[in-house]
Order: sequence, then structure tokens, then C-alpha cells
Amino acid sequence: MTGTRVARRTGTAPRIGESARRPDGVPKATGSFSFSSDLRHDRMLWGGTLRSPHPSARIRSVQIGEAVAVTGVHAVLLSDDVPGQKVFGLEHRDQPVLAGDVVRYEGEPIAIVAADHPEAVRTALRAIVVDYEVLTPVVDPMTVEETESIHPDGNLIRRIHLRHGSQDVVGDVQVEGTYEVAMQDQAFLGPESGMAVPADDGSIDLYVATQWLHSDRDQVADCMGLDPEKVRLTLAGVGGAFGAREDLSLHVHLCMLAQHTGRPVKMVYSREESFHGHVHRHPAQMWYRHHADRDGTLVRVEARLILDGGAYASSSSAVIANATCFAAGPYRVPSAEINGAAVRTNNPPCGAMRGFGAVQTCFAHEAQMDRLAKALGMDPVELRLHNALVPGDKLLTGQTITGTAPVAEVIRTCAEHPSAAAIATDPLELPGGTGRTADPGHVVRGEALALGFKNLMFSEGFDDSSEASCRLLDGVATITSACAEVGQGFVTVVQQIVREVLGVDEVVLLQASTADVGSAGSTSASRQTWMSGGAVQEACGQVRVQLLERLATQCGVDTDDLVLADGQIVSLSGGLEVDLAVATEEPVEASVVFRHAPTWPLDEHGQGSAHVAFAFSAHRAIVDVDTELGLVKVVELTTSQDVGRVLNPMQVVGQLEGGAAQGVGLAVMEEVLVTDGRIRNASFTDYLVPTALDMPPVEIAALIEQAEPGAPFGAKGIGEAPAISSTAAVAAAIRNATGLNLPRVPVRPVDIVFPEGAT
Amino acid sequence: MLNGRQHGGVSVTIATSLEDACAALAVEPCPLVLSGGTDLMVEVNRGSRRVGDIVVVNRVPELVGWRRKGDQLRLGAAVTFAEICGSELESLVPALAQAARTVGSPQIRNVATLGGNIATASPAGDSIPVLAALDAVLELRSAEATREVSLRDFITGVKQTCLLPGELIEAVRVPVLDGPQEFCKVGTRNAMVISVASLAILANRGSRRITVGLGSVSPAPLRASDAEDHISPHINWDGGAIPDEATIAHFARLVAGAANPIDDHRSSALYRTHAIRVLARRALSRVLGRLSAT
Repeated sequence: MTGTRVARRTGTAPRIGESARRPDGVPKATGSFSFSSDLRHDRMLWGGTLRSPHPSARIRSVQIGEAVAVTGVHAVLLSDDVPGQKVFGLEHRDQPVLAGDVVRYEGEPIAIVAADHPEAVRTALRAIVVDYEVLTPVVDPMTVEETESIHPDGNLIRRIHLRHGSQDVVGDVQVEGTYEVAMQDQAFLGPESGMAVPADDGSIDLYVATQWLHSDRDQVADCMGLDPEKVRLTLAGVGGAFGAREDLSLHVHLCMLAQHTGRPVKMVYSREESFHGHVHRHPAQMWYRHHADRDGTLVRVEARLILDGGAYASSSSAVIANATCFAAGPYRVPSAEINGAAVRTNNPPCGAMRGFGAVQTCFAHEAQMDRLAKALGMDPVELRLHNALVPGDKLLTGQTITGTAPVAEVIRTCAEHPSAAAIATDPLELPGGTGRTADPGHVVRGEALALGFKNLMFSEGFDDSSEASCRLLDGVATITSACAEVGQGFVTVVQQIVREVLGVDEVVLLQASTADVGSAGSTSASRQTWMSGGAVQEACGQVRVQLLERLATQCGVDTDDLVLADGQIVSLSGGLEVDLAVATEEPVEASVVFRHAPTWPLDEHGQGSAHVAFAFSAHRAIVDVDTELGLVKVVELTTSQDVGRVLNPMQVVGQLEGGAAQGVGLAVMEEVLVTDGRIRNASFTDYLVPTALDMPPVEIAALIEQAEPGAPFGAKGIGEAPAISSTAAVAAAIRNATGLNLPRVPVRPVDIVFPEGAT
Repeated sequence: MLNGRQHGGVSVTIATSLEDACAALAVEPCPLVLSGGTDLMVEVNRGSRRVGDIVVVNRVPELVGWRRKGDQLRLGAAVTFAEICGSELESLVPALAQAARTVGSPQIRNVATLGGNIATASPAGDSIPVLAALDAVLELRSAEATREVSLRDFITGVKQTCLLPGELIEAVRVPVLDGPQEFCKVGTRNAMVISVASLAILANRGSRRITVGLGSVSPAPLRASDAEDHISPHINWDGGAIPDEATIAHFARLVAGAANPIDDHRSSALYRTHAIRVLARRALSRVLGRLSAT
């Protein structure tokens, strides 16, 4: 079931800066790609999960007798059956593998079942009797800190009270606003799925779609009471991630069932179950006050941020750090007080999603910038240019930007890019689309620009590393890395890097597994091209040096005299020409652990050089709004992004389009509806993501290429920025069209039709 | 007929004739009728419907295709929405074709059937307001008998019908009208979305009547009869002048007054009523514009 991905170089295979087609592109488009839900084993059992129907309840008892008696059932396991540590978590181990005496969110797992047929699993799950004492869920994040704790760790997950610069600064002009971002889902297409296979020696192989194999491995091993080397994780085909696969879901459950039954066990979540089975983007409540001089110079920003973390911590403490650190946007702000808190409620757990805290605050700080421009009578683009960060400026954290920060370039290129958006006449292209609700006369147009940024890679002193090895044999480079390919394009970029450094024809990237190599770190935080790409680049560089040194010794020439290019090693002084395949009949190998420049924790005032580097982006949105029905058509999105260097142009375009689509979704339709702790739209029938008629063409005005120091080939991660400023731009364009405040995303029809007290 | 295929204890009968289908349904407990499966399988996958035995009807020749007889169309229950919005039906029943185009995605429309949409009896069924405005008649058949019932009598409530055990929908009969037709649907996405509110307005020069069907704003098919009575006499059916804005606005208010919507996770009742009023005015204006132009 595992395999290797092989790319044969034809002599024109793409190198750095050229468009490389994904090896998994055609298989995914034609249906032959093997996703984690396609895993099969001759002897496998099917697993299933019993989940709490209540957001908050005490469990008085669980009766499993009838479930165990169902024909074909091999195991029914409860909290007491967890062999090791009972809790897991990315940053704080506070989430039970299986709920024991209390459930804290709707859908929390209580029991797991293995049986020889999915129908037997369902029958057994229905036969489990849980006696609940139903409690009133704690669901209001604004008051939860004054409420009785719903978890031994308390209701406050993390507060950062950031104070930057003088605290008694008052601006000539002040604008104030309250903003809200709803809960967004990552909406990946491949539901949680995987298979655990027990081995005779008590060890377990787990095949699963994930973003960080080694973090999963360590948590699973602890919960299984096994040494880490007894748990081997191998990446199964990932059907999208976007942050939703950072936390464990079915991992420990599968291993428990496999160990208990001695059989391979497979589990696949249904779509509804998936909505309960992974974390979402934090809903945010935000208050802001901006102070500026009359010429538009920002002098102070105040903000209070509340993120609803839901029942368990997940990555909330890092998300609130991002929200707080980047709360004012990519602007020079000499004085600030930002009070950010992530709190615990009985709502669905929230954690990582593309943009990671910067999406929520971008929506707010960009609305504030537009409001300020209006108060000043200033052009909103000019206001942004006037305050744009430049290298050498300080962030709210006091950190000086030492890398690249082409903020003004990003703004200018995006704002100046000509628009191709014509006025539509086809009703399909008007707000309402196929519903044929609008005629051109019912529509008003709006346009606005927004700017956003976030950090690249892990922050706050985290020891962030990636290991990779390169083995060059017979002219073929084999790369070993545990980097999770989740769609971001590591499989293409790694080949480009290897070809660039070694000039080889063939690159083999082994299946990512914890068995073969150390951690690559998480496929998140826009970090893998830099981190695992950097590790591969260094490993290849070492192989190159070793090879040339070996050949120089063998041939009695000076190493400096040798050049490796296009599958040949030649001496500059002439006389030596060796085919790379011949030169590597004996293998050359190197293994590297790559680290980025160190960072430091934030101090008690939220100050410190906590971040490695930053990526900036701008979006300009043009929207048509049917104000009478409150329906919106996003007509055009234009973007400029700070990318460091373009490694694979095709992949860059794909990331910029895909990220913008998630941003458009959050702006106009995507919302996990939660009432009293219950999700009301756990399906793709009712959780709406943009279709081809909702997603406009993405015009790329500019990819700003300023090589970032320390990054491989100067390339910055590009995956998250597109999801940050796009939402803010679309919301601002709807404001521009309607003249309404629209302090909340997604903007719903009622927000436009009944702007006062929308319900 | 392929009979008794066992799938995890469930018998699936793929009927290849109407007689076979009726025979397969004439057992206790009555099997489920599966046509395109786009509603049924969603419920099954969600676990909200347990599958018993199944009779598949969308390969029954008598249920497939449509024909015109004079001013009447007879649409087989297994006619797909793709067939409705991509055929001559576009000109014969334009509002039905417009509604069909709003059903799901192309993949859904390729298998979802008119009969299935009716039998599911969802208030949000996209074909329902058009069929209501057309006074559609359903031909029902069982092993013992056939009967005819109007669409509005057939759907008795939310997901409730008068279909008897052993019965299936064989065909839907609708008139070919002389006059413009409009279907509009509000959803919170520009395609592939469940209706929040929808409306069909049909002009019939023959009877000099405007008929109005509403969707997603009542438990069962709904006509805006007061609005129809109000507007029909105001129209110059021989061409020329159209009613003034005040008359149209009053019509829109009457249509909205007929709506009886609920609050749910897709919309508030207040917005639904508002949307119906807006759609009524816009759709009527389109119909009147084309009436006066011809």
C-alpha cells in the first residue's frame, strides 16, 4: 500500500523558477490517486465512533453489553481501555482520547467499535447505552471567564496583554469599531480516515492523512503506552488539510482497536462526523480604536480580542499569539495596547486554519483603516502606503524587521493593476447566479483594497526543525523526508531543488514515514518549502561537495577544478568528463537537520523577537451587490504578494487562487452555524463553499520577488497570505457598494437587507 | 428485472418494466423507491434513514422520457433535470427548465428526477412551485390500480405525501401555456444551493390568468391566489399597456402575504417573506415586459 513517487527527468524537467506539474495531479483529477479512505487490507476490520449528542453532560454510565453481542463485533472500547495517557493535545494535553465522566462538546468521542462490516459497526454503536446528566452548555466566550470552569485547566486558555511603546499617546483623529468573525471550516474533501495494522512484536503501523507525522506519533505513543519507535506512522493520501489535520482525530482510536483485536482496523468519518471530528477556525469578537495624526500617521492602536477556543486547547495559544502580534496589520504603529484572549467554551474545539489568527484581525484592522481614511478624508490606499512597514521598522512586539518587507510594493502594484471586470449581462454572472434573481438594474458595484500579513514558520522560541537525507546512487537522487504532502506541492518543489543542486535526471521522494527519518515539522505555518526544502537543499549540497571531493581524490585533481552540471562532472582545466551515474556507482549520502534562525518567547507585555519572517499580501475586490435581496457576486479579485522568490510559478498561482477562494468563502458564505453548542449545518448541503459561479478570476498583479535571507533560494512560504487579505477586501468592497458598516463576516443577505439588528 | 441482489442484507430490485416495478413494490413491508437517489442517499449516508429493501425505477421505460399531446405534456417520473433544462422543454415549460437549472450540480442534475423531487416533498423542492403554478397532475400506479391526483393534493406537508404503500409516481402532466414564464430562486450561493425562497409566475393568454407558485415558504405547495386574482384583470392580454407600479407593488405584497415561512438555519422567516415580495415584483415585471412586447 505504500509506494514511491518517481519523476524521470527528460532533460527538460523543471528546475527552480520553472513550472513543474504535480506528479499527483492527473491521478487526483482522474480518480486513480489513493486517498487515506482507499486503504485496504485483506484481514481488516471496520472501526466506528460513538459521539456525544450533548455539548455538555456528565456521563453516569455506559452500557456496552448489547453492542458487544452484535454479530461481527470484535471490540467495544471506552475511556478505561486507553492503555497509556488518557489525554492528547498539540500544545496542552487536555483533550480525552475518549470521554470518561464528562463530555464538553457535541460530537466528543465516548466509545469506539471494531467489527467485520460497517453495518455491524453502526448496529453496535446504536446498541451502546449512555446515561447522561445533561448540563447547560457554557457557550458565550465573552462571559466565560466569570463562569465556573468547564475543564480542570480553567476557562482561559491564554491571555496576552501586549503593550508597545508609550501608553499615553492620543491621536488627533480616533476611530472605533467592534467586529466579528464567524466559525469557518477548512472544508477539505477527504474526510478523516486511516488504518492501523498491529505487528507481532506489539508495535503498530498507522497509515493516516495528517500534517505532522512525528507530532502525531509522539502523542499516539503516549496514549498507547508504547515507546515512540513502537508506533510507526506513514502518510496516507491526503485529501486536503488547511490546518484541520494538525490535531489527532481517529489516530489513537484506530491503534487501540488494532491492538485489542490483533487485526488491521480501518476507519473513515462520514461528512457530518468530520465536522465534529476536527477543529475549526476560531470565531472572533474584536474591539478596536485607532489613533492617527491629521496627516494620517498612525500613532496608536488599541484592541481587545476574544477567540472562542471551544472545549479543548488545540493550538489556541499560538492562534491568539498571532492574532495579538499582528492585530494592527503591516503598518508602523509606535504605541499599542492589545488584549488578546483565547477562552474555553462548550462550543466545537477550534484550532489551526490557513491564516491562523491573522485572518480574523485582518478583517478588523482593515475595516478600521478604511474607517480612518474616511474620518481623515484621505484615500484609503494612500493611508495604507503612508503607514506601510519597511525593513528596519518595529512590529507591535518590538521586533525589528530584518528580512524583506515589500509592503508598499504590494499595495501599489495591486492598486494600480487595471481591472478587466465588465458589467455582466448574463444573469448567471449577476448576484443570485442560477437563481436568476437580479437584472443588471438591481445591482450596485463596489471596490476596495485590503492588506494583510503573517509570520512564516513556528514562533515564540519553538525549536523548529526539519530533517532530510539525500542518497545519490547511479545518478539517481533519493530523498527521505517526513514532510507531509497535503496538496501544497512539496512533491514538486523538492524535485526542483534536487535537480537544481545536483543536476540529476531522476529524483525519488520516498513515502513520508516516521520509520525512516526524523521529524520534518508540521506542514503548516507556510513553513515546508523553507524548512524541508532547506533541509533537502543542504543535504544535496553536502552530497555534491562529498562527491566532488571523492572524485578529485580519485583523479588526483583539485576539487575546485571540478564542476557538476547536467548529469556530468567535468574539470575546468579539461581532460576529465565523468557521467554522474558512473561517478555515483558507489553511493554518496548526507543527512541534515535544518533549523531557521532562533526566535524568543514573548514577555509579559507581549514584547520579543518571537517571529522568523513575514509574508505580505494585498487583495483588491470588485463586487456586485443586489442590495434589495442582499446577494453578492464577487466579480474580480486582484492580488499582489510578497513571495521572496517564485520556485514553481504554476504552484504559486494555484496557492494564490485557492487561498483566495477560502477568503471569498469566509467573506460571503462560509460559517459553521453553532447554536447552544450544536452545529446546525454539518454537511456540504448547508455549509456552503464557493462554486465556480461564486469564485471570480484571480488576477495576479505582481509576485514581488525580494530574496529572503536564510530561506532556500530566497523563497518565502506562500500558502497562507492569500487567505488573509482576501476576506477583508471582499467585505470592504461590499461596504463600498452599499455604504453599510458590515462589521461581521460572512456578510449574510440579512446583514445587507436589514442592517439594523440583523437576525 | 434484476432481482434480489443482496447488499449487506438489503434487497435491491432494478426494475426494467412498470409491471415489474409495481410487482416488486407490492410486498410487506413496502420497499423504498429509488430513482436518482440524490435525496435518498444523502439521508442514508447521514444515518437519518435506515435502508430496507429497495426498488430502483429509473430504468423503467414507461417512466423515462416525455411526450406532448396537444396542449398537454406528459413527463415520465424518471425524467432527469438535465433532460428538462437541456431540451425542447425549455421552450414548452420555460419556468420548469429554469427551475431545473438551479437543482444541484451538473452531476446531480444528470441523475436527479422530477418524480423524485416530488416524492421527497421537501418544501425547498425546486420543481414544486412551478408544478403548483402549472396545476400539475400526477399519475400514480400500483400493482392493483392507477389514479390521478393534483400536485397540491399529493404533497400534504413537510416530506409528507398521499402516496400509498405499493404506489409509485408514473408521470406528471402539465399544460403547455401560451405566455411568458419566470422562475426565480434565492439561495446564499450563486449555484448549487438549497432554496431559501423561490417563486414561479406563469402567464396564460388562453385563460387570461397569471398563476403564482411559491417555494420554501410553506410546508406544502402554495399558490398566491389572492395575488393572482388581483393582477390577472389588470393585464391587457391583447398586448400594449402594462399595469402601473402601484398595482405591481400591491401584487407583490399579496404574494408575500401568502407566504407562511419558518425560521431555520438557512434563513429567517422575515427575510424569506421579504425575498418573496422582491421576487414577485421582479418576476412579474419580466413577464409583463414580454407580454407587452409580443
